[in-house]
Amino acid sequence: MIALKKHDRKGRLIAVEGLDGSGKSTQIYLLKRWLELEGYKVFFTEWNSSVVVKSATKKGKKRQLLTSTTFSLIHCTDFADRYERQIWPLLCAGYIVLADRYMFTAFARDSARGCDPLWVRNMYSFATVPDITFYFKVPPAVAIDRILESRPTLKYHEAGMDLNLSQDPYQSFRIFQGMINDAYNKMSREFNFTTIDASKPVDVQQKRVRRVVQKKIDLPAYKLKARSIV
Amino acid sequence: MRFYGKGLPNVKPEELIGKLIVIEGADGSGRSTQTRLLTNWLEGKGHGTVNVGLKRSNLVGTQLAAAMEGNTLSPITLSLFYATDFADQLENRIIPALKAGFIVIADRYIYTLMARDILRGGNREWLQKLYSDIALVPNAVFFLDVAPRFLIERNFSKKAGLDYWESGMDIRLSRDIFTSFIKYQGKLRSEFKRLQEHYGFEVINGNRSPRAISLDLQRKIEKILPQTTGT
Repeated sequence: MIALKKHDRKGRLIAVEGLDGSGKSTQIYLLKRWLELEGYKVFFTEWNSSVVVKSATKKGKKRQLLTSTTFSLIHCTDFADRYERQIWPLLCAGYIVLADRYMFTAFARDSARGCDPLWVRNMYSFATVPDITFYFKVPPAVAIDRILESRPTLKYHEAGMDLNLSQDPYQSFRIFQGMINDAYNKMSREFNFTTIDASKPVDVQQKRVRRVVQKKIDLPAYKLKARSIV
Repeated sequence: MRFYGKGLPNVKPEELIGKLIVIEGADGSGRSTQTRLLTNWLEGKGHGTVNVGLKRSNLVGTQLAAAMEGNTLSPITLSLFYATDFADQLENRIIPALKAGFIVIADRYIYTLMARDILRGGNREWLQKLYSDIALVPNAVFFLDVAPRFLIERNFSKKAGLDYWESGMDIRLSRDIFTSFIKYQGKLRSEFKRLQEHYGFEVINGNRSPRAISLDLQRKIEKILPQTTGT
């Protein structure tokens, strides 16, 4: 088994993981707002958002040029770009870095797509594991309903259509999300996820998230110093 | 054929009936000349032939070239970008051609990609796992070994200058590009020797005329070509 390393830098890395529609993006947004308003050094980064890699990813997805291998590689490239230019330097600089999705998303999705799990894990092994990983756990049916309610046209890869699970995008999405859900549950113990019950009200979840952050991170050490100069 | 490692999902190596021939070597070692000569020779013999190389994928080829221009990618990102480019060509060009029984001539392969990254501080095990798991074992790999002083001459006569990356200017071996080129190509050569021990490719004396080298390659390739039955 390939060992993933834990960083020794001053900064702290918090990641959120969970199914599409689990509400994790809302939760990390609220966490970010809180940390910002309290005057902490905080930086937010999102899955699949590197500017350099984006045009290639977009092209690949639109024209369905991606296989499971290139899908996996291009997402890791995107991740590496953000990791090398932002996440890692900021951890060195003593920031609290918030990541909406992290390597576990790739572990779950790429394995579902048929990539060898060890190959994928090796690929991401240049990066540190987070200090806290929140896993927003929700019954797949609930997450699926939330997504299907608000956004009725599913994108090709989002629905897992490339896996040939079903001709019907909705059915394919359901099966695919079920596979991802199983993968998350399996990783939960190994990577020490902090599980949040994502079927609870938003503010109840957020209260729990903030409590965990407060307990695990010595927040006063992350106050913005520049402020005193102003 | 077989993969070095576990291979790609949905690819059955036994269905790959063509041949994969790899030409490795520095810039100016005569790779493209040899590729051209081999293609002519093979096509003349009636073999369907496909050429592949680095940075030529439909998926990321242009983006990768653009990123190199701007020098904006960090090392691991660049490695992965190249790996994506490689995988895309492997799945969309090399494998379909091999299935159809073509001879694929690859102008550089995973060895150059690994050697370059190792010189830039890349982790050897990480790179080997990244590439080896998905790469096909070629039927033959030839490394065109050319003394750095000849490489200099050829680069100047070809492009009237030395390439920034091929001189390793990004790793600051020297402030002047000439010294940097010599040092960098020397290091690359020793790294290739190391990789050769692991992957076992044939070293070809590249300090000869293109024709002499080509005849040498033809003799070696002849042995692995599919035997034509009947008349």
